[in-house]
Amino acid sequence: MNKTNPILKMRNITKTFPGVKALSGVNFQLYAGEIHALMGENGAGKSTLIKVLTGVEKLNSGEIFLEDQAILARTPSHAQELGISTVYQEVNLCTNLSVAENIFIGREPMKPGRIDWNTMEKRAEELLGRLNIRIDVTKTLDNYSVAIQQMVAIARALDVSAKVLILDEPTASLDASEVEKLFTVMRQLKQEGLGIIFVTHFLEQVYEVCDRITVLRNGALVGEYITADLPRVQLVAKMIGKDLAELSSCSKLDAADDAGSKEVYIAAHNMQKQGTIYPFDLDINKGEVLGLAGLLGSGRTEVARIIFGIDKPDDGEMLIQGQKKKVAEPIEAMKAGMAFCPENRKSEGIIANLTIRENIILALQAKMGWSKYISRKKQQEFAEKYIKILSISTPSSEQLVKNLSGGNQQKVILGRWLLTNPELLILDEPTRGIDVGTKAEIQKLILELASDGMAVMFISSELDEMLRCCSRMAVMRDKKKIAELAGNEVQESIVMQTIAGVH
Amino acid sequence: MKKLKSFVGSREFWPILSLLLVLLFNFIFTKNFFVLEIKDGHLYGSLIDILNRAAPLMLISIGMTMVIAIKGIDISVGSVMAISGAVAATLIGGSLEMVNGANASGTAMPLPLVILIALGVSAILGMWNGILVSRIEIQPVVATLILLTAGRGIAQLLTQGQIITIYYTPYQYIGAGYLLGLPFSVYIVAAVFALTMYLTRKTALGLFIESIGINQVASRFSGIKVKSISFWIYAFCGVCAGLAGLIYSSNVKCADGNNAGLFIEMDAILAVALGGNSLDGGRFSLIGSLIGALFLQSITTTIYAIGVPPEITYVVKAVVVIVICLIQSEEFRKAALGKFARNRRELSEKAAVKS
Repeated sequence: MNKTNPILKMRNITKTFPGVKALSGVNFQLYAGEIHALMGENGAGKSTLIKVLTGVEKLNSGEIFLEDQAILARTPSHAQELGISTVYQEVNLCTNLSVAENIFIGREPMKPGRIDWNTMEKRAEELLGRLNIRIDVTKTLDNYSVAIQQMVAIARALDVSAKVLILDEPTASLDASEVEKLFTVMRQLKQEGLGIIFVTHFLEQVYEVCDRITVLRNGALVGEYITADLPRVQLVAKMIGKDLAELSSCSKLDAADDAGSKEVYIAAHNMQKQGTIYPFDLDINKGEVLGLAGLLGSGRTEVARIIFGIDKPDDGEMLIQGQKKKVAEPIEAMKAGMAFCPENRKSEGIIANLTIRENIILALQAKMGWSKYISRKKQQEFAEKYIKILSISTPSSEQLVKNLSGGNQQKVILGRWLLTNPELLILDEPTRGIDVGTKAEIQKLILELASDGMAVMFISSELDEMLRCCSRMAVMRDKKKIAELAGNEVQESIVMQTIAGVH
Repeated sequence: MKKLKSFVGSREFWPILSLLLVLLFNFIFTKNFFVLEIKDGHLYGSLIDILNRAAPLMLISIGMTMVIAIKGIDISVGSVMAISGAVAATLIGGSLEMVNGANASGTAMPLPLVILIALGVSAILGMWNGILVSRIEIQPVVATLILLTAGRGIAQLLTQGQIITIYYTPYQYIGAGYLLGLPFSVYIVAAVFALTMYLTRKTALGLFIESIGINQVASRFSGIKVKSISFWIYAFCGVCAGLAGLIYSSNVKCADGNNAGLFIEMDAILAVALGGNSLDGGRFSLIGSLIGALFLQSITTTIYAIGVPPEITYVVKAVVVIVICLIQSEEFRKAALGKFARNRRELSEKAAVKS
């Protein structure tokens, strides 16, 4: 490994989007023959950095050097010509074309006037052979597994004498053996002297395959570390933004879990879904806020979706207040007393072209059925009540929801569910993208609801607010529930150690 | 004044204005267009004629509005219309029997049963569409394209490729009869319209439908039974098409598997669009669609009334529709008015310079 001279250097990269500073003065360097992990929570700036590098976005200031030459990729294909190839999370190949066609699409070897199929197929076989893949390249891509498709994408990226290979969350849709296969290929490419940037959320994979780690947080560089020298818990601390020293000194919370009468509201046993979530058991008590901690992609949302009947589990059973219940659709979950604020406000939460009033009464109306129409006057009352309670800022309840700010839209959805008077409220990232003041209001509301006897399941990427609200926490990692913390254990250092997988 | 302003801003304003424009055109250029005569206690005249002839299209537009509101589309309505007529004709059967010089043809089956079976078949066809779209999740255009093609074939099979004449006189009452001076078909349309209005505006169904059309995922997450509502909407659209088929076959006294309801799906979609409804689903206006349907029938009647040669009627119709679409487009209005305003400003500036 040539430590003295990086193959790729990015200096002082700054990128602003209207109103947001996505990257500020970030430095990044990559050596030939190394696998370099790029880590950070959502919105840390990983994707923006990659986009700037590959010419998808223009940078505002900063310099990029490839083998000591200043470069500036104008488009992704220009970046590829320069020697920077990218494989994206969603394989963007054409499954109805052959493997060879996919590898050479847009730059097919030509004979005068037509495509040279023989050369194309031979070279495709050579390229895949380099990755130890031997398949029929004339078959269409959809004959092969996602892992093979990923390899084809890599082969395509490698064809143009790549010097730098960027893998943007390539393992998200692979299973364990497929991941292993990918790692073998990555290690081999590393031996051949390629510099590989590996973006992932899976900590274990980072420690398995990466030489060095660069951590970003809130668009700024946190640091660059040698993998072997950085314990997992410190990596998590750096991603989330807490120093370990600061953590140990952090005093225990005033535990709100001194409830003597713990009444189980919902008990899930052995719930599982192939490829989505490994079997898990989970109890949620009345009057408590149960946190689901874990990094992005660890299976938090999946647990919530299965409990609320959005996804169908392959196996397992659920007891609601001691009675076995099958919940196959959200409406059945609602009738059993549940409510669910989903993670993606825009695509799963609001009905953009309806008014605030209609959005608020929607779930209650669905619960009551179509024939029992809530009178217009009652609707108005309900809407105004929650506009007041949640202090939604709007001129009137007849305003279309799409005209509200993100925070106010979130409050409308919250109002929609509070109106159904649920016994279990599931909140998936309820404070994402919301300003600090509103955040505090929502957290306060959650605690109030729990103290009134509601069971709350709380999912958030921000450990701070989880610690503030939760009396118990289930910790998720790599689609598995790995631990449950209660009482004294609900403190930052322990949670982080559990997330990181060291004790 | 405030009321007027809110009317101008409503989605029904431009469709109504378009309809009034066509009527105004006829008021000026077509002789006797607005004349209503009473013969044998029945009202006759171009206006009545338009109402009667537009009945099938209005019914289908009601069903189509609901389907489009949930972000779907049903292009099989014409075929369902043909099948419904063919079913009725086949069940009635029989041949022309004259008694004392008067038509005394009978029916092989009681009329109410015939109507019920024809509508039942239409409902099943609609349910077929509903299953394909909501359960198997085939794209609505493709799913209903199947029945568009296959349905025409079924209708031809039922009529054995021929035009079956219906001699049974009571059946002819549905599409050609009169009740209290008005065509009976108008009452059918009014009843279906009233029922649909009631279901969508006096129950929560309208809210659910609009919600599904705007955001299906969020609707499901909020507890709306998206699949079952979509299914029943397609079934309803099938029944509307079936009713239209009965009216049409009754009006022309025959079942024609080849031509009954041909291209009516396009007219219905156009009527919905002209009625100010977005083909993207969500908010809908039933009245708008009905006015759209009436508008289309009015220009057809007008074209015949002013004697446009038959070979160019489609072109004339197309031009009128383009103009109406442009008038309804806010973008276009802004652009046109902007230019107008600019011209005026320039003129006044020039005038100012001169003086």
